[in-house]
Amino acid sequence: MTLAMLPYLLAFLLLVVGLYAVVAKRNVIKIIVGLAILDYAVNLLLVLVGYRPSPSGSPMAPILTGGVAHEPALVAGAVDPLPQALVLTSIVIGLSVTALVVGLAIRLYEKYGTFDTERMRNLRG
Amino acid sequence: MDPVFILMVALFVFMIIGSLIAVETRDLLSSVICLGAVGFGTSVAFLLLGAPDLAITQVVVEILVLVVLVRVVITRRDETAATGRGTLATGSVLLVMGVLVAVVFWMLASSGAGGLQVRPFGDPLMNHEGPASAMAPADQPQLAAGQAAEPQSIGGAYLKHGLLGTAVSHGTGAANYVMGIVLDSRGYDTLGEATVIFTAIIGTYAVLRRIGRQSHAGHVADR
Repeated sequence: MTLAMLPYLLAFLLLVVGLYAVVAKRNVIKIIVGLAILDYAVNLLLVLVGYRPSPSGSPMAPILTGGVAHEPALVAGAVDPLPQALVLTSIVIGLSVTALVVGLAIRLYEKYGTFDTERMRNLRG
Repeated sequence: MDPVFILMVALFVFMIIGSLIAVETRDLLSSVICLGAVGFGTSVAFLLLGAPDLAITQVVVEILVLVVLVRVVITRRDETAATGRGTLATGSVLLVMGVLVAVVFWMLASSGAGGLQVRPFGDPLMNHEGPASAMAPADQPQLAAGQAAEPQSIGGAYLKHGLLGTAVSHGTGAANYVMGIVLDSRGYDTLGEATVIFTAIIGTYAVLRRIGRQSHAGHVADR
């Protein structure tokens, strides 16, 4: 457990805040907000794992600029492209999940007139 | 110390504070706007971590989520304030989740047996790549003989073989390695992503459609 693990720990804290909202809140909108926060935290954690500083100091995106002659420097110094590719998929899936959940929330509000899960009496069972 | 490290910690503190406000505030509109702050913080973090594609996508997605959520919240003012559950229930939920995260993080950080051996921030496995002979099975030394040094991590392999390819592989020819992986090397992932989006669209349409609602309402009223 070194100082270099601190960003992972903070990403986990963000994840816990989202999880807390999903588990402990009564309002449907708060649960959706918690789901979105959970999503961001997991995406950030995955990208954090693939980070490395380039030899010049600043991070180098895995995009080749300035011709093929620069390829060896890119291979030696660019950040990991694989988590980025997978997280790119994950972000868009998170959007569609949020849209679906918002649709359900709208429908619940139409039926029960409230966002409060405790007051949706007929939802039991 | 790496300036990206310091900036990331500052951004995370900002995002955690924003998410706490988003979760705890009573006004739903404030909650949604604080979620927007967290999302744009994520976008800046992606930019700092060398992922411009993700930063752009995150901005677009965040704006769409904000528009949808604000549209839901602003016309439906729920005057019954959303109080949380009881103090005991909330406290026990927090306690359980704290223990959960402590265990998971201990597994991540411990490097012994049972740990997941995640490398420290800024020092991924790509930085520790040796010759191919280290990877070859001990009983098959001919696999290692005559080969150039091969990356030991998948990310390193994508970087090495991704653009031009080598004697044993074909490159994608895409200058953007991330897009090369998404659309070429792992094209089936993108197919699955499109499937998920299509399913979500169908589901949202099925939940929100107007046709058929009337007969169902009449049926309920009859009972």
